Amino acid sequence: MQENNLLSLIIFAPLAGATINWFVGRRVRNERFIGLIACASVGISAILAFYFAFKPEGALRAAQPVMDHLWTWIQVGIFRADFGLAMDRLSGIYALFITFVGLLIHVFATGYMHGDDGYYRFFAYLNLFMFAMLTLILADNFLLMFVGWEGVGLCSYLLIGYYIDKEEAAPAAKKAFIANRVGDWGFVLGIFLLFWLTSHAGAPSISFFDKPAQDVVSALHTIGAMKPETFALSALWAGGITSVAILLFIGATGKSAQIPLFVWLPDAMAGPTPVSALIHAATMVTAGVYMVVRCSAIFTNAPMAMFIVAIIGAATALFAATIGLAQNDIKKVLAYSTISQLGYMFLACGVGAFVAAIFHVMTHAFFKAQLFLGSGSVIHGMHHEQDMRRMGNLRKYMPITWLTMCAGWLAICGVPIWAGFFSKDEILWKVWSANSAGMPPGAAKALWFVGAVTALLTAVYMTRLMVMTFWGKERFGAGHADEPHHRAEHDGHSPEATASHDPHTPHESPLSMTIPLIVLAVLSTVGGLVGVPYALSSLTGGHPENYFEEVLSPAVSHVRSTGAGENGEAEVHFLSPKPEPVDGKPALKPASEPVEAHDPHEITQERLLALISVMIALSGIAIGWFMFQRQPLMQMPRLIENKYYVDEVYDATIINPILVTSREGLWKIFDIGVIDGIIHTIGGAVVRFGRIIRYMQIGFVRGYAAIILAGALIIIGYFAYAGANVLRVLVK
Amino acid sequence: MVPQLSWYLALSAVLFTIGVVGVILKRNVISMFMCIELMLNAVNLTFVAFSSFFRDVQGQLFVFIVMTVAAAEAAVGLGIIISIFRTRESLDVDDASTLKL
Repeated sequence: MQENNLLSLIIFAPLAGATINWFVGRRVRNERFIGLIACASVGISAILAFYFAFKPEGALRAAQPVMDHLWTWIQVGIFRADFGLAMDRLSGIYALFITFVGLLIHVFATGYMHGDDGYYRFFAYLNLFMFAMLTLILADNFLLMFVGWEGVGLCSYLLIGYYIDKEEAAPAAKKAFIANRVGDWGFVLGIFLLFWLTSHAGAPSISFFDKPAQDVVSALHTIGAMKPETFALSALWAGGITSVAILLFIGATGKSAQIPLFVWLPDAMAGPTPVSALIHAATMVTAGVYMVVRCSAIFTNAPMAMFIVAIIGAATALFAATIGLAQNDIKKVLAYSTISQLGYMFLACGVGAFVAAIFHVMTHAFFKAQLFLGSGSVIHGMHHEQDMRRMGNLRKYMPITWLTMCAGWLAICGVPIWAGFFSKDEILWKVWSANSAGMPPGAAKALWFVGAVTALLTAVYMTRLMVMTFWGKERFGAGHADEPHHRAEHDGHSPEATASHDPHTPHESPLSMTIPLIVLAVLSTVGGLVGVPYALSSLTGGHPENYFEEVLSPAVSHVRSTGAGENGEAEVHFLSPKPEPVDGKPALKPASEPVEAHDPHEITQERLLALISVMIALSGIAIGWFMFQRQPLMQMPRLIENKYYVDEVYDATIINPILVTSREGLWKIFDIGVIDGIIHTIGGAVVRFGRIIRYMQIGFVRGYAAIILAGALIIIGYFAYAGANVLRVLVK
Repeated sequence: MVPQLSWYLALSAVLFTIGVVGVILKRNVISMFMCIELMLNAVNLTFVAFSSFFRDVQGQLFVFIVMTVAAAEAAVGLGIIISIFRTRESLDVDDASTLKL
């Protein structure tokens, strides 16, 4: 284990940036100063993250994580939680893309938010978000992770509601916060139950890692060393590992917008576009995936929970993709696309392909951040017009945005070479070949089919977005001149900023916005090459191993293997040519064993599936192109245009009953009747008693004197009586 | 005939009772005031008697405290009486009854 105190600077640099911007920036009101502070603090984090990840014996190479134990936070009896950070292979990868993509989005935001009144506030929140997100990632125990978890929730709330004068912003922020709270309920209960389980196993802990210096053992190792539970529904509420897993997954559904808690994410688009890119696409929403992968030792011992994760993931992927087909707001399409892609990640987690899930998280961070920033650039260029029905042919006006967005588009569709192809193909292949314990026969193929259909739909709706935005006829200008103009006024920009250019012609965005777009477009294009699977790389005779998998694989548990308890040893075995049985049990997962993974039959199958994915992607693009090139404003089915009426159903079944119960029952009956009743009864009794007592106040001095005399006589009489008794006893 | 302790106590009791009766029956505020002084001095007599009987100086010390308090009370009380007389032109305590309902 390595200790390094610089690690904490990764999280505290953005906190310092937030503090400076909040207290100094609000007085200085200089955009250059505020932007510089914000970008520099994230830049420091990025540099440090890269240093710790790639230095010799860095987090991505060493067997043990880089640790930074700051202080003991809570120690009560056998419970212990440290304020300690740790960067292992998993959190290292996360820290890398969060700081890097975060930095690019900060730079983009300096251009996008230009002229906004709350410039300092925006960047203070954004930096605070980076602090919370990095705390979440680098925390070395569940409780500190939960602090980061809540922190990102808070920042998400603040930033969704950033445009305080926009009427949909405040309810959207509230909705996000409340939906997340439902998930947090599961997360917290999961932590409690986990602590209870580990205490019963004799090693009470909520830590992710072994910390010999602090005499802490990893809770994940403890759970990982237990016997896997059976594949049965009853395991869900048995209070064992499966219950922990499912409770943690409830937390993940909240943060990562899965069925049934996904409703907040589309509304969250009320926030500024860089926020949507950073929080609601690239980083925060993937925290749920991070948590599930971090707890892979728990999930692999809970096959029932795994199966549910896979089903929820697949269902969400398909569900959100269909809704994405029919949205007209460019950001809403991307929001549903994000939900759908997150569903893919959970699908991968559910079949035990944790590495593929993280790989998709990373490539998704690149191309979805790119797409969101691209849409931000479009919105900026269109003077805050978000409706795709009023766009069209923008490639003439915004060539850089158009070209870079093409990269993101091809990446998300899964066209080969572009990043999304490798990660999505990896997930689909892992789903197809999944054979984890207890899964019903055919389930893997059915899940694969759902994933493949989703891939097709993804290609269609993304092509629709691109066609509606960048190709076809111009649908803005004279006919709708009044509307864009009207919309330009209700955002946070001051009138002078928008009045400075012609409101009817779109324009290309400034350099501070296009440079991040270009960088992200390049990453969306080549970023997938770090994880080319053997089946494909062997075609050209490349690196014999999937580099990404080689790095990350030791940090996660494998289905039906002996679990995370042997991480350190598993890493040694992994690098050796032939894995040996670990702790007497054979390591069963084929993917973690290079020799078996290169079974020619499987490679043929994998190549075939890759070919099918490419066909799906291309046919999706073709369908989208021919459908929407001709008729960009084609009427979509009402059912999906209205998002399956999920919001309405939630309103009718959950929100309204709660509102009515609160107003009619809790307020009018309980509060007014019971609580107020008790108070009024007590108060009224005092008043009535006082009314009787006040007749003692006769007002005559001699009367009072008589009362005093009577009192004195009573007291003297009592003592005389008691004294007589005492005397009688003494005499006897 | 040497005076017994009980004689002093009896005298004190008589004096105290006179004081109590006077406070309750008298309507003139000055008379009430004098009756209160009478009660205080009845108690003082008891203190001195017991002090002498038990050969303990504490009782006598306490008498000084009572006398001091009585002096202070007399000063304050007379001040109040004068101010009542100035406003009401009367020394009858039943006239000073605005505290009642």
